[in-house]
Amino acid sequence: MSIPLEHNYIGLTETSSMERGSDKLSSSSSSTLSTEDERSSTLNLKETELRLGLPGSESPGRKPGLGVSLFGKDLEDKNNGYSPNSLKNLVSGAKRGFSDAIDGSSGKWVLSMSNGSEVDLGKGAVLFSPRSGNGGKPLVGLEGKNNTQQSCLSAKPTMKEASSVPQSSKPVQEKKPQVPAGNEHGSAPAAKAQVVGWPPIRSFRKNTMASNLAKNNEEGEGKTGSRCLYVKVSMDGAPYLRKVDLKTYKNYMELSSALEKMFSCFTIGQCGSHGLRGRDGLNERCLRDLLHGSEYVLTYEDKDGDWMLVGDVPWEMFTDSCKRLRIMKGSDAIGLAPRAMEKCKSRD
Amino acid sequence: MDPERKKVVERVAVSTFPDEVLERVLVQLKSHKDRSSVSLVCHSWYDAERFSRTHVFIANCYSVTPEIVSRRFPNIRSVSLKGKPRFSDFNLVPPNWGANIRSWLVMFAAKYPFLEELRLKRMTVTDESLEFLALSFPNFKALSLFSCDGFSTDGLAAIATHCKNLAELDIQENDLNDKSGSWLSCFPENFSSLEVLNFANLSNDVNFEALERLVSRCKSLKVLKVNRNITLEQLPRLLIRAPLLTELGTGSFLQEHPACQYSELENAFNKCMNLNTLSGLSEVTALSLPALYPACANLTFMNLSCAALQSGEFAKLLVHCPCLRRLWVLDTVEDKGLEAVGSNCPLLEELRVFPTDPFDEDTFHGVTESGFIAVSYGCRRLSYVLYFCRQMTNAAVATIVQNCPDFTHFRLCIMNPWQPDYQTNEPMDEAFCAVVKSCTKLQRLAVSGLLTDLTFEYIGKYAKNLETLSVAFAGSSDWGMQCVLGGCPKLRKLEIRDCPFGNAALLSGLDKYESMRSLWMSDCKVTMNGCRVLAKEMPRLNVEVIKVDGSNESQADKVYVYRSVAGPRRDAPPFVLTL
Repeated sequence: MSIPLEHNYIGLTETSSMERGSDKLSSSSSSTLSTEDERSSTLNLKETELRLGLPGSESPGRKPGLGVSLFGKDLEDKNNGYSPNSLKNLVSGAKRGFSDAIDGSSGKWVLSMSNGSEVDLGKGAVLFSPRSGNGGKPLVGLEGKNNTQQSCLSAKPTMKEASSVPQSSKPVQEKKPQVPAGNEHGSAPAAKAQVVGWPPIRSFRKNTMASNLAKNNEEGEGKTGSRCLYVKVSMDGAPYLRKVDLKTYKNYMELSSALEKMFSCFTIGQCGSHGLRGRDGLNERCLRDLLHGSEYVLTYEDKDGDWMLVGDVPWEMFTDSCKRLRIMKGSDAIGLAPRAMEKCKSRD
Repeated sequence: MDPERKKVVERVAVSTFPDEVLERVLVQLKSHKDRSSVSLVCHSWYDAERFSRTHVFIANCYSVTPEIVSRRFPNIRSVSLKGKPRFSDFNLVPPNWGANIRSWLVMFAAKYPFLEELRLKRMTVTDESLEFLALSFPNFKALSLFSCDGFSTDGLAAIATHCKNLAELDIQENDLNDKSGSWLSCFPENFSSLEVLNFANLSNDVNFEALERLVSRCKSLKVLKVNRNITLEQLPRLLIRAPLLTELGTGSFLQEHPACQYSELENAFNKCMNLNTLSGLSEVTALSLPALYPACANLTFMNLSCAALQSGEFAKLLVHCPCLRRLWVLDTVEDKGLEAVGSNCPLLEELRVFPTDPFDEDTFHGVTESGFIAVSYGCRRLSYVLYFCRQMTNAAVATIVQNCPDFTHFRLCIMNPWQPDYQTNEPMDEAFCAVVKSCTKLQRLAVSGLLTDLTFEYIGKYAKNLETLSVAFAGSSDWGMQCVLGGCPKLRKLEIRDCPFGNAALLSGLDKYESMRSLWMSDCKVTMNGCRVLAKEMPRLNVEVIKVDGSNESQADKVYVYRSVAGPRRDAPPFVLTL
């Protein structure tokens, strides 16, 4: 039973415009492939087919969004050098269990999706909120870097402290100052390779911020019980994550309505794309219906790294053990248990 | 000028204007620029000026020697010194580069035994130096250390112990070895002269009772900025003992027991009638923030750059701060928060927006061009901005500077290097064109984003008042830098990193560098040979190359060029080559 559902998710059938990722997949590969990325066209198709029905397939639903929403045309210059990197960034955090399972080829597959997705965007496919421009942030830098290949004449083949970005496919050596390493588990910023001294922020401020973040990520231990507790919230199909402070809510209802407000802009099909924030009442209502209906469920990753449905345990217990939140498509959540088994299988 | 004429002039000068009178007049002159001008008028004015000068500001500690300074200015009471190039703040200068205060202190002890004030920025200061300072100057009143390194809290203990007349101790953003907070307890029990105490960036606990007693005794305390270990419960106890406070930096603003101490806090802030500056507020929450409202009525400067406020609570706070002129925030307030700034702060002149998580690219946070635009519509007097963001458009910047043409400092940091206008995918050249065209008073500019040589053409052509330019990851060829050096008549500081500028660019500024304070170029395309040519052509410049381990022999990794009457450095470490 889970397989047909997963088919739906992947979108071989007509699905609601909510299914961002599926939309990309469903508007048949041919349309996605009719975009710039000709060289991997057939390959993409094959990759797509291979991925059908696999548990890991939904993760990319989120990733292509990133590529799509932001840049439309900007994806022209995207080539393999960037996207796998960014996608690796995205993919690695998405599903803990699957980051092991996902290999380079699936990364490529996702890449093709993101290249294709701009076409979908143009054809009135699911749009992210106008704020999606903001959501473009994660890839913006990459885009910028990509596009400046022509103009940047920096001679230095390597930045001293630059990260090792997989640039081998690129003809021109260029600096890649920022590599978005997978940082989705709230690891310290220092874990990422960065350009020395960029952005130009004094060390004391970096240290202050790092200790702020570290404190925020602690689970209520330490000298007071009322620390703020920031956790990341991701939503399938949304171009970027948000952070919420669990300590500001007293119960599940408050959390749920706050999340609805936060993510209402992402979910609805034809959002206005003119810089509005999707506060249109219709959209919020839709989301609320969706969240309370079966379309989306709220899940969280607990201390042990398992993904659980939100609402099963007392609120205090939940805030103590919740490390991050994810608004998942209903079909995925139903598959939570079987997928857990798949997790084990794919690891073997 | 022939000797006859000269004598006539001097005689006339003496009879109409005795030196003593001139000196009395000149004492009123505080600005060092004015004093420089005065000293150039004629010999007697030069002498009058130098005898009347009590404060000397040395912007580059290697541009002059202590001996030269002490010979020229015999009556100095207050010294400000800056050392390392600014990019050392961002770890671009290796440790042990220099700028040690020691040789200066030795001279001061000999020539200025009545020294009262010392303000250092980016200098290396050891504990021994601090102790020497504490013991050598009985009138010493004010010590300010900003972005310095090399010392520990032991040095501070020496200052606290021995400086009986200390009025100001300001330790900001230094790279110090924070061993313990016991230095604060070293102030003697009868010590009461403190007016300014800033230890906000120190991380160890100080003894709170000692601090409380200190604040009690120091009846003239005007500035108190404590570190984040001072809790919200402790704060009121300090506030009630410091009724004259005009600048407050709180510690942690986290409420542990909501009900009980809130009223105490509120009362304490109610009494802070004179506050014009507020900072700190680490760990602030929406719950504790309202206690501040009564104290905000006269605030002109609010530094929330350590307070992760969300837009809602921030907006509510701003309603109570109508007089704000300077505001520093974290980008957690987001565009919505900045809209509130635009709505509530019509007098705003300076805005700095710092990034919370500069290295986390996948989570959306922070501000965009919309926030900046919103501020520009509401705050037409904006003249200083420092803005960290991840996206910007040319159109947005054009709108902003159209709304606010009075910018004197425009520092835009688009955090991802080489990033184009995210809507048009074009370079950000037109943005900075708009800035330099509209803002005729522009003195300081920091550029970012994808920029071609065109940006620098515009800068060279239009930025007539530009004094400081910071460039990173920009430009297409030597031509860019040549344009800047060929234009910008008032350019004093040029700092460049990771740009495709090479020897031709470097050498095009031959005539310019002596009128500038300094030039910094790192990770550009300059070679050792280019630097050697520069050094040869311009003997009054110090041309220094910092060699980095493992780099190419012929590349000049980091180049620092500055004018100096002191000659080449005598204390250069091995990795600094003076050419």
